[in-house]
Amino acid sequence: MKYTEEHEWLRLDGDVATVGITKYATVQLGDLVFVQLPDIGSRWTKGSVAAVVESVKAASDVFAPLDGEIVAVNDGVVSDPSLIGSDPEGTGWLFKLRLADVGAYDALMDGENYHKLTGE
Amino acid sequence: MITKSDVRAATLPLRTPLYDLHCERDARMVPFAGYEMPIQYAPGILKEHLHTRALAGLFDISHMGQIAVRSRSGTIQSAALALERVVPVDVAGLMPNRQRYAFFTNGAGGILDDLMIAHRGDSLLLVVNAACKIADEHYLMAELGSDCIVEREERALIALQGPRAESILATLAPSCRQMRFMDVQSAMLLGHDCLLMRSGYSGEDGFEISIPRDAARSIVETLLDSPDVALIGLGARDSLRLEAGLCLYGADIGPDTTPVEAALEWAIQPVRRTGGARAGGFPGASIILHQLEHGAARRRVGFRAEGRAPVRAGALVFAESDDQTPVGAVTSGGYGPTVEGPIAMGYLTTTASQPGTRVFAEVRGARLPLRVTELPFIRPRYKRI
Repeated sequence: MKYTEEHEWLRLDGDVATVGITKYATVQLGDLVFVQLPDIGSRWTKGSVAAVVESVKAASDVFAPLDGEIVAVNDGVVSDPSLIGSDPEGTGWLFKLRLADVGAYDALMDGENYHKLTGE
Repeated sequence: MITKSDVRAATLPLRTPLYDLHCERDARMVPFAGYEMPIQYAPGILKEHLHTRALAGLFDISHMGQIAVRSRSGTIQSAALALERVVPVDVAGLMPNRQRYAFFTNGAGGILDDLMIAHRGDSLLLVVNAACKIADEHYLMAELGSDCIVEREERALIALQGPRAESILATLAPSCRQMRFMDVQSAMLLGHDCLLMRSGYSGEDGFEISIPRDAARSIVETLLDSPDVALIGLGARDSLRLEAGLCLYGADIGPDTTPVEAALEWAIQPVRRTGGARAGGFPGASIILHQLEHGAARRRVGFRAEGRAPVRAGALVFAESDDQTPVGAVTSGGYGPTVEGPIAMGYLTTTASQPGTRVFAEVRGARLPLRVTELPFIRPRYKRI
């Protein structure tokens, strides 16, 4: 698993990364009530807003963690956004991104550094 | 990925007498109107909201301003008449031990702040918004100072809201059972002189309670001994008031919105309107009185989204999905936990404001269909009889 400073996690399988938001992020956000995911086949550059998660109070952007193309999205979290809070790094995944440059994955933060960032 | 939308206070934040209690009980504190206030506790906004509607929620609203107005001549009637110079509301007709919603208006007919006025027998107590309270106090001194004493009361203020509020408060003050909506009563709580007001801002029955600062913690802890009472933060306070169709000052009303535009005519009694015994005589009277008779060009309405995406403050509203010119905008919006869907309030050109009208809000570049709806979104449960 790798992490971003924007509180996303990535799990690589071949050249496809599954992406979600971290437990820490879900606790900060509170109960989620709406999720908007990108279209399959859409292409994103690192840092662009690929998805939106919304709590009662606010909308929060989810950024593309790396350059790539969306090859799958999790319809389960669209119909039940609470899955993200209950199982953020499992059934609460958001989308799968085919990476333009698999090498860029290795440069992301590992778990130890991410937990230092969040102070956990 | 967490968008930092919270505005940091420029100076050292203030703390209410309940600050330590909030921290001990796992509040997430945020800067709000110059204070460090609880936005939520461990259960989170959704559960806090639903708890208030099902049982009882306890809110620290000590950041709000409590301003006493007394007549220099000693008669409360002259203080009430003086206050009528700054609000378009019947204050002189307010009976002892009753309270009433009001707003300060400006010369353009806009709203400088909204407030509650309580008649305490010997004085009027004004409860005003935290962000406005210093300006309000100076304004009142300038406008009423020649015949009134205007004095901030440094007391705590809590709200106990929800269907169990009465039975819980009655364990400390049995006489609260006799109060009805908008009644005011002095009562001793645990030996401390408090003021009970049967009102609130959640759409539920309940009370706002003014408490000496030193007694706030013990009274709150005693109320929290009931398993039906939970602490509720500002997040759920906002979603509760939105469902109840109540205005948030600075979002839904402000210096650029008149009471008629804001659909608050009900707060302007006939005695202050054209033809009334004390018609006009408040800032912006000519504009407001004209709008009361002829209507305004825009109006505050409710919106229900047809889809599931929340539509939030700032979203522009269009009559058609491909129109270039908006007919209005959303001023408050989010998810309503009790109505289980996105709800919003905002302004629309009056001609487009009929309930049932379909309009479109622009959200992240897309046009989402909304239905104009009557307010409130829930049936209020004030104790009117």
